[in-house]
Amino acid sequence: MARLLDVLREEFKLTGAKEGCGEGECGACSVVIDGRVVNSCLIPVAQVEGAIIQTIEGFAMGDTLHRVQQSFLEFGGAQCGICTPGMIVAAVNLLERCPKPTHAQIREGLAGNLCRCTGYTKIFDAVAHAAGGK
Amino acid sequence: MTQRAPLHFSLRKEGREKVTGKARYIDDLDFPGCLHGTTVRTAVPRGILKGIRFEGDLPWHEFTIVTAKDIPGKNYVALILHDQPFLVPTDGGRINHPEEPVVLLAHPDRHLLEKARRAVKLDVEALPAVFSIDDSLAKKHLIWGDDNVFKKYRVEKGDVDAAWPKAHLIVEGVYETGAQEQLYIENNGMVAVANARDGVTVWGSMQCPYYVHKALLPLFGLPEEKIRIIQAETGGGFGGKEEYPSMLAGHAALLAWKSGKTVKMIYDRAEDMVATTKRHPSRTRHRTAVDAEGKLLASEIDFVIDGGAYATLSAVVLSRGTIHAAGPYLCPNVRIHAKAVATNAPPHGAFRGFGAPQSIFALERHMNKVAKACGLTPEEFRRRNFIRDGQMTATSQTINEGVDMNRVLDRALEMSGYREKRERFARENPASKVKRGIGFATFMHGSGFTGSGERALGSIVGVEATREGRVRVLAASTEIGQGTNTIFSQIVSEALGVDESLVEVAQPDTRHVPNSGPTVASRTVMIVGKLVESASLGLKQTLLQSGFLSEGYDSAAFREGCAAYIGKHGELKSFSQYKQPPQIHWDDEKYQGDAYGAYAWAAYVAEVSIDLTTYETRVEDFVAVQEIGRVMHPVLAAGQIEGGVAQAIGFALYEKVVWKDGRMMNGQMTNYIMPTSVDLPPIRVAFEEVPYGYGPKGAKGIGELPMDGPAPAILNAIEEALTGLPQASGFGCNEIPFLPESLMKVLEKHRDSV
Amino acid sequence: MRRAGSNMRSDPRDYEWKRPARLSDALALLARKPGEWKPFAGGTDVMVLFEAGRLEHRRWLDLSLLCELREIIASGESITIGAASTYTDVQADPAIQKYLPMLGQAAAETGAIAIQNRGTLGGNLANASPAADSSPVLLAYDAEIELISESGTRRFPYSQFHTGYKQTEMRPDELIRAVHVQRPSSSCRQQFRKVGTRKAQAISKICFSGFTEFVDGRLSDVRLAFGSVGPTALRCFEAERILNGKTPAEAVSARSFAAVVSALKRDIAPIDDIRSTGEYRRKVSENLVRDFLDSL
Repeated sequence: MARLLDVLREEFKLTGAKEGCGEGECGACSVVIDGRVVNSCLIPVAQVEGAIIQTIEGFAMGDTLHRVQQSFLEFGGAQCGICTPGMIVAAVNLLERCPKPTHAQIREGLAGNLCRCTGYTKIFDAVAHAAGGK
Repeated sequence: MTQRAPLHFSLRKEGREKVTGKARYIDDLDFPGCLHGTTVRTAVPRGILKGIRFEGDLPWHEFTIVTAKDIPGKNYVALILHDQPFLVPTDGGRINHPEEPVVLLAHPDRHLLEKARRAVKLDVEALPAVFSIDDSLAKKHLIWGDDNVFKKYRVEKGDVDAAWPKAHLIVEGVYETGAQEQLYIENNGMVAVANARDGVTVWGSMQCPYYVHKALLPLFGLPEEKIRIIQAETGGGFGGKEEYPSMLAGHAALLAWKSGKTVKMIYDRAEDMVATTKRHPSRTRHRTAVDAEGKLLASEIDFVIDGGAYATLSAVVLSRGTIHAAGPYLCPNVRIHAKAVATNAPPHGAFRGFGAPQSIFALERHMNKVAKACGLTPEEFRRRNFIRDGQMTATSQTINEGVDMNRVLDRALEMSGYREKRERFARENPASKVKRGIGFATFMHGSGFTGSGERALGSIVGVEATREGRVRVLAASTEIGQGTNTIFSQIVSEALGVDESLVEVAQPDTRHVPNSGPTVASRTVMIVGKLVESASLGLKQTLLQSGFLSEGYDSAAFREGCAAYIGKHGELKSFSQYKQPPQIHWDDEKYQGDAYGAYAWAAYVAEVSIDLTTYETRVEDFVAVQEIGRVMHPVLAAGQIEGGVAQAIGFALYEKVVWKDGRMMNGQMTNYIMPTSVDLPPIRVAFEEVPYGYGPKGAKGIGELPMDGPAPAILNAIEEALTGLPQASGFGCNEIPFLPESLMKVLEKHRDSV
Repeated sequence: MRRAGSNMRSDPRDYEWKRPARLSDALALLARKPGEWKPFAGGTDVMVLFEAGRLEHRRWLDLSLLCELREIIASGESITIGAASTYTDVQADPAIQKYLPMLGQAAAETGAIAIQNRGTLGGNLANASPAADSSPVLLAYDAEIELISESGTRRFPYSQFHTGYKQTEMRPDELIRAVHVQRPSSSCRQQFRKVGTRKAQAISKICFSGFTEFVDGRLSDVRLAFGSVGPTALRCFEAERILNGKTPAEAVSARSFAAVVSALKRDIAPIDDIRSTGEYRRKVSENLVRDFLDSL
């Protein structure tokens, strides 16, 4: 019943996913499993056998950042950075499901990722820009 | 609203690591073979520790067990009054709050450790406890000192008593604010190595490495150079990691000392919420006299904050709240009496704003009440009373900043559509099930430590060049998300004329950086940034005077000059130490004079909608206009305002700490309600710039400012929205957080009593 | 010994896990020693307890391979929703969107996307929290619940499923197989509203699901269901009795609505808890019923 979050961080040394709350409220542990964003702190690793898991470490290609990561840099979407991996995972997943989201859809899509530093404004700007701007 | 990112401003220095998940916070760092540490805490709020029992079928011999008896030096957390112990003394030690630490345990197996924690039982003789400001003031029980009062201040200007009889009107009000949890998304965590031969090294999440350093000195009785504190990448602080980390660092170090091993202690959310500091709850009483034109004649303010069980930083929180209590207004006669009192809750501590959000909430709600009593609009009342250059504040500081509050307010009202909306809402509300309102708050916030505080700190910054022409900033100021690394690099780059890519900021490590003071009090840009600037200019001077560099140099010449200088002298470093600007005069005894070198000035406007079915208030739009000296970096500056406004919206409408006998009962993110992305409005920010001579390029501090304005602006808007509802007449709404449950009571009490 | 470095409060080594590939294997295990194994679907409730160190039961039966429990089938007069359907599955299903919009709404307002991708309808019902958002909706739709065990299936009104606070009709050898809902007529009116502490990631303070048919312009078969105002989700039978047979205008007349309010006070039993007060819940419940009636 080991948590997927712990297996990622301790066995695979993929420390991008963070533990912020241990209750599936903050989204700092967000990863994508078979195309769906989930809180890895709530997933027993036994349930992911055979699944494809995508973590924050998988988005950049070498030195080239994913366009969402680049947007976060340009628009100030990250301050302390602790929520950022989960936020970017959720944002990338949102854009894959909904390539041209409205502002309301961006807000909804990120509602499960808490950020205490930014007030979300620049996160929305970054995601909207990555989606192709308005 | 999407805007083009201004690409000619630098990207966040450590941004790439943060967006790729490569940034390593303390729990991400690998310390092979380390032990995990945990804390056994009291359940009882006040009592005498009679015994500690180790129950359960556990291999206790495998555990490192630390109690107060194991402390090599002295058992207090050095801060101001040194009254807080690291661990409750054994054998009859006093317990003064729930969750007070008693026993520390360490073991390689984290899960077994948790079982052990639950198996340690404390025998406590309970004593009666105090949980409210009133009970503390009334000395229901004496729980601290001889009168439960940590600190008192009294500020006097003019003659308040002589003014009352001359008043055209006198208006009174009482305002309360609740505790607020900082809720950084990264919990507190520390890793320590400690032994008598090598000393103590601690890595961790923190804002102030030198505070931790200072606290561990008496704990271990070691000389300064044997204690080394290193800040790891820190996931938010907001004041919650100003003083508390000293406690956790001491705990990890004590376990490391006793076990001879590296010890890692990371709190989970539940422990972090219930055991660490929160914003001080407050109660403010206002009594205000005005003349027939609605001008302030006299103001008497009684400001009380609840400090929890130990003094910690309450005296300073009280100070800031006191100085900000009378606001950006001209009032010839002022008396402020302020107290910080003890209760049996975990000590309250630093949280962005540090006393000012509390006293400013009261003031800005009260100013609206006074305006109404005078028959003036909130706007007109403010304009008649704004302080101007040449006039004196409550502490008799003559303002000379060249700032015009009318202009700041103009801009905020214009950006928010205030007048048009106010009129429209008044027209449309009667027929609408959803009531709308718009309200504002005007305020100022002092940058840096109060009065002689900066002089007492004597902050030092170093700048060092390498042979390759790279420049490193040496400062204890930490990056906690606000942009320290980026701004310092920018300052050096501008001062030296070298590309930012060649500048780096050294990791705050007390072995390698001087004490530039704590990362608090909105001082990092204005005070420390100025030192970074002057140290850089000093470095440049040194090179120029050495002959290894001439004016008008390019980066190649700079590199060669550094290499040559270092070749000859071995190193190239320049230091700068804070000197108080000569015109700042402050009297600590009388609490009079120039409280701050500079203030940022602001007007914030909140638009709300109230759903009368559910009594929920939603902030629909928010405008924040502030004058801040100089905008050093538009993205970082706006980011600070937006984030602070979001936290303050939480303070006003969502974030309630549910207390039971001194213990936080809703210590989970499910039940402590922070606004999500769908709860917050668009936050629109604008800046004015009137440069301050002693800030780098004229910059003032802005980190805490945005915490002050939203709560009163929102409640002022709620009051507007409810105008015209008969059951809301006499609406006081004077307490935050203002929950739907509170609004329901306000609106329904009238109906039920019929 | 594998380094155990996580921060949460339970020891995974104390727990046992089985993940059968077939439903028959799962049922056989449950039947062998009833109560020994408990079903685990999406885990969004169980894992929170686990992390808080409060998960007493040690043996968990993972249902995630049993895809026959996850189908949503619309046929003729009814829609069958497999118990292992996630909230995301529910929201995305075209038949649910068209005929059972309140169920989709409840799913969309539970937690946020990451929770919706994992939480299941069956898990929500079996967990039996009075704050479950799907419960009042299923009461308002007069749904049936189907339980399955090695000895067969049984199907009965969902209204009989909850027997007390966090108690259900389920035997230890049973799983929830599906929920069955009759397609409502096209003349029905329905309204769902969840009132939480915030707009996402919130446990409901009050959850309302209202439904009515019309006969000759008069309310018929009114169903007023609430969550979070009693030990289980509930229907307001007294209030419904007053409303049946009235026109919408009559229903909201002063006298009639006063009677409805009195009846509601007897139908619901809200308490003070960490999220809200009984007084608030009572008042808002009245307001929600009023809004529903006003909308008709």
